[in-house]
Amino acid sequence: MIEVLLVLIVTALATSLLGVFLVLRSLAMTTDAISHTILLGIVLAFFITNDLRSPWLILGASIAGVLTVYIIEVLSKTRLIRPDASIGIVFTALFAAAIILISKYAADVHLDTGIVLMGEVIFAPFTRTEIFSWSIPSALLQMSIILLINLLFIIIFYKELKVSSFDPKFAFIAGFSTTLIYYILMTLVSVTAVTAFDAVGSILVINFFVAPALTAYLLVKRLATMIWCSMLFAVINSVSGYFIGITYDLSIAGVTSFVAFITFIIVFLLNPNGFVSRKIRSLNQKREFNRAMILMLMNEESHQSLTKSEIISHFHFNAGKFDKHMKYLIFNNYVTRTNEHYTLTELGEEYTHYTREKYDLPV
Amino acid sequence: MTENIITIKNLNAAYQEKPVLWHISLDIPKNSCTAIVGPNGAGKSTMIKTMMQLIKPLSGEVKINGSKDKHELKKIAYVPQKGEVNWDFPATVFDVVLMGRYVHKGWIKRPNAKDREMALEALKTMRIEAFKDRQISELSGGQRQRAFLARAIAQDAEIYVMDEPLQGIDVTTENLIIEVIRHLQQSGKTFVIVHHQLDTVGEYFDHAIILNKSLIAAGAVETVFTEENIEKAYREKVN
Repeated sequence: MIEVLLVLIVTALATSLLGVFLVLRSLAMTTDAISHTILLGIVLAFFITNDLRSPWLILGASIAGVLTVYIIEVLSKTRLIRPDASIGIVFTALFAAAIILISKYAADVHLDTGIVLMGEVIFAPFTRTEIFSWSIPSALLQMSIILLINLLFIIIFYKELKVSSFDPKFAFIAGFSTTLIYYILMTLVSVTAVTAFDAVGSILVINFFVAPALTAYLLVKRLATMIWCSMLFAVINSVSGYFIGITYDLSIAGVTSFVAFITFIIVFLLNPNGFVSRKIRSLNQKREFNRAMILMLMNEESHQSLTKSEIISHFHFNAGKFDKHMKYLIFNNYVTRTNEHYTLTELGEEYTHYTREKYDLPV
Repeated sequence: MTENIITIKNLNAAYQEKPVLWHISLDIPKNSCTAIVGPNGAGKSTMIKTMMQLIKPLSGEVKINGSKDKHELKKIAYVPQKGEVNWDFPATVFDVVLMGRYVHKGWIKRPNAKDREMALEALKTMRIEAFKDRQISELSGGQRQRAFLARAIAQDAEIYVMDEPLQGIDVTTENLIIEVIRHLQQSGKTFVIVHHQLDTVGEYFDHAIILNKSLIAAGAVETVFTEENIEKAYREKVN
């Protein structure tokens, strides 16, 4: 069974590597399109070869993928329709063509819709290849080759990928063909998607491409770190997905994709610059500002001693808010209360000066 | 006789059906500091983008150093408008400035120690070496502009083409940019800058191109930057 895990990890690594650049170039939806239209390439290549295991299917799929990208580009460039609409119309049409062809001419070929959509990595070890008298799952061999190709592509063209993703115009002037880089990238996405097809299907593969990279994107400030992080998340997701799937007898690719979403949400909420810490920081700041406002008002000559209703009407606070802030100010000895009147203490005065300096306010 | 580094002949450009640049011919002298001014939609950005072959003109030609070859583009350092790149890209300020050196590397070859040194020098010139390890998203508007200019300096180009570099930045950065431009001009560089503040044209530039779809005037600031020409370019069409 360890073979299943290996296929899953290698698939996740190969996809998450390219995913980094798909996320940075906002191409998640284009990936969605490709992962569907490769089916048309597979079907057409199958009609020619009549063999579901033929390597020509990969070629057919890549041509279909690149063609999809090209048609989307051409349509968007007319500026008559928006890119998202162009993606929507092109990929559904090509996918539909594949469905028509399958139902008309290949109804007897075993193409399980469930597997097309979600894949079944658990079946991977059943088809095997001999290599140096070692028997390994074909999927493992194929996926490893793809992983190697993707890795080499990123290592060799790292500089070009980086500059053309960040500033395409600059890349053009610097003499790098951004179009060439783009189409190589999209060809590799097609080839990777079709190779991963049996294992994770055409829908979940999008998650494999995008989720680890997106999670990494939240954490890093350098491209190289993003690539490492994306690969790390790919492994974490696959390993957890595999063990949860095996234990509870669930679709492994399904669980892995869902785990990827959970990892993303956790990082999104809890990272040092994430949603939760930002919210907390902004709440703290708001509280601090409110308190400083009260102190500054009391620091003005004419407002040395103020009543609750005076402060409330000045700031349009509600009574609850006033009580909460005043309790804090009195507790910290910034303000004292005598009968109905609140006055600033020496410490409170110091704090006011400190706040003015901190936020660069005029004295 | 001054040498012209950029020559434009009979340039016409259009977006969809609307003409943006109409029959433009002009020369930009070598070692000049040229402002491109004109109202919104006058085709200022389109003109510099056509110079760099980012936009294909309908007709006409742009020559750099007398040649139309794409390799001449490498002699241009382009400082885009701030909004044109993805500032959330995972790159540090140093990474971005180092990209200036990519121009001289060609495909596949990586920047070496010398390139890093030049990038660091450029950061120092723009006084942002303290921010070199910050992610670019953490920079203020003025710092972003400095980072872009540092990239251009690291590129060590002959011609600097900038699209509104002084738009929305602090006074310190504006003064620094002008100071650096003056310094580089003394060492023989040429500047072509889309500029939006008419009141500083005379102070900052020695040449000007006044544009409103067609060319109103081009030449030395003293001769072309006249009230009459400005009036011509900025006059609202009343329909």
